Amino acid sequence: MDNILEMNQVETYIGQYHILFGIDLKVRKGGATVLLGRNGGGKTTTLDTIIGLRKPSAGTIILDGEDVTKLPAYEMARKGVGYVPEDRDIFSDLTIEENLLITARKNGGNYQERLDMVLSLFPDMKKYFKKKARVLSGGQAQMLSISRALINDNKLILVDEPSKGLAPLIIAELMEKMNEIKQETTILLVEQNYEMATAVGDYFYFVEDGKTVFECTKEVLLQDESVKQKYLGV
Amino acid sequence: MNTVIQIVFYGLSLSMLFFLLSSGFSLIFGLMGVLNFSHGSMFMWGCYFAYLAYVYTGNFWLMLIAGAVGIGVMGLLMEKFLIRPLKGNHTNQILLTFGLIYVLDELAKIAFGTRAYLVSAPEWLQGSITVGPENIPKYRIFMIIAGIVIFIVMTLLLQKTKLGLIIRAGIDKPRMVQAIGIDVQKVFLVTFALGCALAGLGGAIAVPFMGAYPSIGTEQIFNAVAVVVVGGMGSFLGSFYASLILGFAQYIVSYFFPELAMASTLIIMLVVILFKPNGLFGGKKSE
Repeated sequence: MDNILEMNQVETYIGQYHILFGIDLKVRKGGATVLLGRNGGGKTTTLDTIIGLRKPSAGTIILDGEDVTKLPAYEMARKGVGYVPEDRDIFSDLTIEENLLITARKNGGNYQERLDMVLSLFPDMKKYFKKKARVLSGGQAQMLSISRALINDNKLILVDEPSKGLAPLIIAELMEKMNEIKQETTILLVEQNYEMATAVGDYFYFVEDGKTVFECTKEVLLQDESVKQKYLGV
Repeated sequence: MNTVIQIVFYGLSLSMLFFLLSSGFSLIFGLMGVLNFSHGSMFMWGCYFAYLAYVYTGNFWLMLIAGAVGIGVMGLLMEKFLIRPLKGNHTNQILLTFGLIYVLDELAKIAFGTRAYLVSAPEWLQGSITVGPENIPKYRIFMIIAGIVIFIVMTLLLQKTKLGLIIRAGIDKPRMVQAIGIDVQKVFLVTFALGCALAGLGGAIAVPFMGAYPSIGTEQIFNAVAVVVVGGMGSFLGSFYASLILGFAQYIVSYFFPELAMASTLIIMLVVILFKPNGLFGGKKSE
């Protein structure tokens, strides 16, 4: 099985609004697959649908060969899908340590080993370990959000716009970290920042009006100006 | 001097009663967003469960346990069969809990009539203790100690256990709690039952002091709402401090101007809403 995740003609509503009209994508094991596209195209809803926070009304989602279309979020997490949401959603009333402890699962690997790995990747977390998460800056909160997804030995990590609202220096650091993380696990990344997307991504899907409209490798994206112009308006 | 001692002890005991009544209400609202207006009726049924347990066993401690466990189980059933089917529809949940006030109160009238049932405190809690020139009823002191003990136990539960971590995280980001692998529905069930059990325990503790009668719940629900508004939605610590503020205010005002006792609560609520809409200890909920 080469693909960790497959979505076939997935449709999703938010309330009465039809948001996804047919998402088709395949995320290969290892490396980073990126969802690109303009605002409001349905990228975040795609991630929410995969993790189970939104129920698809049609289509199928296959995780590592298993049909997980109807699974709720907590079961998807237990199956090894980590989630780094757009707004970080760190638990601000909990300490950094508690944020990681509450996320650690019994089937998520050896906690101490995972913690050592996370703290070596993000040393700032060590500095604030016993502090409430609300004291963290935007960049640090993003590091914590990613740390939370890494504290378990997840097979797939969904990362939604990690560069949003961060200073260029922090984004550069984040790119470096994301490239380290993708050596360990598979990443499905939603990113508006073209530089970050191309620095981290290996394969790209373009989402427009709730549909996947084009897919390509990194080489094609970097070389073919018409693709950028057509789908990103760059 | 007499007045000060009396205000301290009577104000504190009233505050602890408010705390027992409101802490569960606040916890449920904070985590689940459910404004359970029938919380006062749970308190009332806690009084009756305790009364029945006392009649059949004559044991004070069993009476307290019966109030808490009985209402905890009632809460469990209520969440599973009534609240959960209306998940996400706050208007219907409010209408439901309003309706439950009438159902639960009328059921109490059918079962027990409208008279008040009194239970005597055990012998060791009868009489009074002399504090300076003032005699303070032992049962008032028991209520104060019970409130403080429950505050400490609940604080330890929320701060030092995994369930506590989950509840605190859930109050902050309920969506994200699911995305890290926690079955939030189970947490809702446990928290709802726990919140109701606290109301039941409050009712059981109040029986020797106030008696059990059908309208006791509706009389008290206003105080629970006031505590939550002043303390901050979902803040357990906020409930404790708001109970102290409102309990003391109500007792002091009723001591000097009995007819203005409830007005004091209203005025404090109004001031807090004007200057700190999220309550004294409430943060802005992000979801």
